[in-house]
Amino acid sequence: MDRRTPLARARGLGSAKEGVGHWWAQRLTAIALIPLVVWFAISLVMLSGADYATVRAWIGSPLVMMLLTLTIAVGLHHAQLGMQVVWEDYTDGATRVVMIVLTKFLAVLFGLGAIVAILRIGLGG
Amino acid sequence: MSVANRPTNRPLSPHLQVYRPQLTSMLSILHRATGIALAAGALYLATWVMYAASSSRAYALFQGFNGSIAGRFVLGGWLFSIFYHLCNGIRHLFWDAGYGFELKDAYRSGWIVVGVSLVATAVSWIVGLRLI
Repeated sequence: MDRRTPLARARGLGSAKEGVGHWWAQRLTAIALIPLVVWFAISLVMLSGADYATVRAWIGSPLVMMLLTLTIAVGLHHAQLGMQVVWEDYTDGATRVVMIVLTKFLAVLFGLGAIVAILRIGLGG
Repeated sequence: MSVANRPTNRPLSPHLQVYRPQLTSMLSILHRATGIALAAGALYLATWVMYAASSSRAYALFQGFNGSIAGRFVLGGWLFSIFYHLCNGIRHLFWDAGYGFELKDAYRSGWIVVGVSLVATAVSWIVGLRLI
């Protein structure tokens, strides 16, 4: 028996008021990462032994700038969603809150740092 | 439950120590383990790009670690983790869509994931080491 009000049922957000947002975001980023990760893994292997100039020229080319930014941004988003579940499973109380906040901050910090770096290499400066 | 009322020192479910290791459970644990490793790897990847943007001397320092035995181990492990998590992640997406839940299907897809990720890792290692 469904005891929810018609409005609650239509919203579908449940008691945590988040609905399937986390689950869906993790799947969506997973699907996006399939082609991105294949491309990146092959690129990284092909860059084995490449010198500084070659690596910079590769990062700075327009298509790579776009794909690398996507890979890092989507990858970090997927990673922090997954790590949140790991902390929720194995820790509780203050530790859980601190680790989840730390995970999210680190993801944004490193993501922004990498994007600035990519733009700097590609656009000069 | 408040901290005071919580029973102490009781074994927590699932009781991993009483289960016989099976392919399905081992692959599930490995999916989480590689996921955690790749989360750290994503930060490492971001660091790599930031070093490339800084200076050739700083980049040489970073590459110095990648070229060491420990660095090779990390990068090689990263390649296995990415291929395994990718293949098993696709397996998970099929489950999410409602396919492959029969026991024999779960085992078959599990062995496919093991095979494909090991072959992809071996090929990348060989190609990568030849290029150095």
